[in-house]
Amino acid sequence: MAAILEVQQLVKKYGEKTAVNGISFEIQESEIFSLLGPNGAGKTTTISVLSTLLSPTSGDAVIGGHSVTKEPMAVRKLIGVVPQDIALYEELTARENLSFWGQMYNLSGKELNTRIDQVLEQVGLSSHAKERIRTFSGGMKRRVNIGVGLLHKPRLLFMDEPTVGIDPQSRRAILDSVKELNRNGMTVLYTTHYMEEAQELSHRVGIIDHGDLIALGTQAELTRQVGEYESLQLELGEMDDAAGLAETLRKVEGVAQATVVDHNVILVTTSTEKVLAPAVSCATERNIKIHSVTIQEPNLEAVFLHLTGRALRD
Amino acid sequence: MKKIFLLGWKDLVLAFRDRAGLILMLVAPFALTLGLGFVTGGFTQSNSTGLSSVPVALVNLDEGELGKGLVDLFSSKELAGLVEPESFTDLAAARQLVDEDAIAAAVIIPSGFSASVIPDSSGGVSDPISIELYTSPSRPNSAGIVQSIVTRYLNRVEMGRIGGQVTVGQLVASGRIQPQQAAEVGAEIGKKQAENEEAFTSIRLKGEEGEAAPQFNILAYMAPGMALMFLMFTVSNGGRTLLVEKTQGTLPRLLVAPITSGQVLLGKMFGIFFTGSAQVLILILASSIIFSLKWGNPLAVLLLVLAAVTGAVGWGMLLTALVKTSGQASSIGLAVMLTFGILGGSFFDITMMPRWMQAASRITPNSWGIDGFTVLAAGGGVAAILPDIAGLLVMGSALFAISLVLFKRRGVLQG
Repeated sequence: MAAILEVQQLVKKYGEKTAVNGISFEIQESEIFSLLGPNGAGKTTTISVLSTLLSPTSGDAVIGGHSVTKEPMAVRKLIGVVPQDIALYEELTARENLSFWGQMYNLSGKELNTRIDQVLEQVGLSSHAKERIRTFSGGMKRRVNIGVGLLHKPRLLFMDEPTVGIDPQSRRAILDSVKELNRNGMTVLYTTHYMEEAQELSHRVGIIDHGDLIALGTQAELTRQVGEYESLQLELGEMDDAAGLAETLRKVEGVAQATVVDHNVILVTTSTEKVLAPAVSCATERNIKIHSVTIQEPNLEAVFLHLTGRALRD
Repeated sequence: MKKIFLLGWKDLVLAFRDRAGLILMLVAPFALTLGLGFVTGGFTQSNSTGLSSVPVALVNLDEGELGKGLVDLFSSKELAGLVEPESFTDLAAARQLVDEDAIAAAVIIPSGFSASVIPDSSGGVSDPISIELYTSPSRPNSAGIVQSIVTRYLNRVEMGRIGGQVTVGQLVASGRIQPQQAAEVGAEIGKKQAENEEAFTSIRLKGEEGEAAPQFNILAYMAPGMALMFLMFTVSNGGRTLLVEKTQGTLPRLLVAPITSGQVLLGKMFGIFFTGSAQVLILILASSIIFSLKWGNPLAVLLLVLAAVTGAVGWGMLLTALVKTSGQASSIGLAVMLTFGILGGSFFDITMMPRWMQAASRITPNSWGIDGFTVLAAGGGVAAILPDIAGLLVMGSALFAISLVLFKRRGVLQG
């Protein structure tokens, strides 16, 4: 497979602050590549540079043979962008929005109308075509938002956290549609801070944190980095001292890391059986009631924990 | 170009689907016009507006019929509500009254003016002599009305002269009069043409021949004043939508489509232009139907509307380039709208205000626009409002150029 996107030592700084710190990666044709990282990691900035919205401070990226810095117009014709926020005109109908954006991408006449019908069908909103976006639910808006990015059949689709803030049903529909698009040959660069989405969708994953690409590979390759480690999640009560418990558990033999996410203490360990008993004991000593215990096989969350010492949702 | 038009059209559609915006664009100007009309007595035929009884000095040094005809025209009952002429023999005194801003203008008809137009017994005319119009710069509205009256009169005289020449030529050629009678007959024809009442229908304020001469209708002044003031709301609100689009994400989305940032900016400008033009034209049409207002020559009105919108769009773009948030654009836009409304003469005749204020008013599209509409309502044509159109176009172009520099410097069209 040929690379449709080559990112070369990309740097983006805002004054003294470095948002993207010299990242490099490639995306192959017909691949779903996820950039996984917590909020503020540099995912949106990376997509903004790759989609020519922002100029990089240094470095470059080549999409379909065109440099994003030197040939932005050629790049824009090849890409589709689904932004994180709903970027639609609320007082226009779904069809009017698609028509407007389609014409911005040089579609017209019969081709435009055909593509609008196809996209409305694809996102399941054909029966709502003549309704104004203002009247749509959040999930419906998200689907039109995605539809706009698909109108001109881009070779590379950027999807920036497209499931943020929507109900589980709409989220499921969006994930299914991404897989369907990929089955039809579309290359997708997908950013998310949901480990489950990256695991479900991606052929390869890049883990980004503080502007650095800290890991890159298939899920199997990445989880191998964690080795024999598993994660043990202890759910505590709201008022319990999770930070104090985590501090104590770090000293327990076999615990590689102990972090707090919400009211949970997450332990990365080589043996959950060996650690579970002392963990419960420590909690009891501190008058902390453990509401539930979850043992997880090595996953991307564990990889992120292993690499950064923090949880994805920190 | 198609994308620029599409961007503009989209903004026009959005503007007319915004109910709150429509109230400010179309309903508020009407309500205020009506309200101010009642307050100032516009519905009781009052002469309280500063545009009635324009004081003008007539210095007739001409010995012939044409000078007398112009004096008679100013004193005619048709113009009684509009101008207040006073005859002078002392040229310097008339000029001084203008300099002191005691009167709006002095019309100086030089000696020999009739002789320079009407052939003498030998068939010859003297060298061309011009009527001089000496106007007060602080009373542009009133001066424009006087200029319009004089221009129409001179046009009629010129038509009469040419018509007379042609007629006399034909009469001599057909043998109906002798060549030596030509000068006398020509003079008579020219005089009748110049005195022809029908020639001045366009400077009547209201009504048809045979009806009582109406008073100057204050709504004819208030309606354009309000339309222009709320045009400033529309353009500032239109500029604000650029910042709103940036916040809502549609601007960044546009900027990753195959369209340049310059096209996006031009598209936004077209959108504001379309919306502003549609707003003012709707207000003009509606006031013509509802209030029976006569706005004047339709072509001239259209040109003036487009020029006024151009000037206003320049301000809208500058405002957008200067503020940082859509909230700032809203509040500052409202302040600018009201300030320009007061300063530009939307609420009252600016000639009643101090000179410095009159000079300052020229930075507003309102002032130029009201001047133009006033002249058109008094019967002026395209030529009479060319200075106003030029002023507005220069204003719009200059402000847009400054806005472009500021947009670029501030990186407004970047993600």
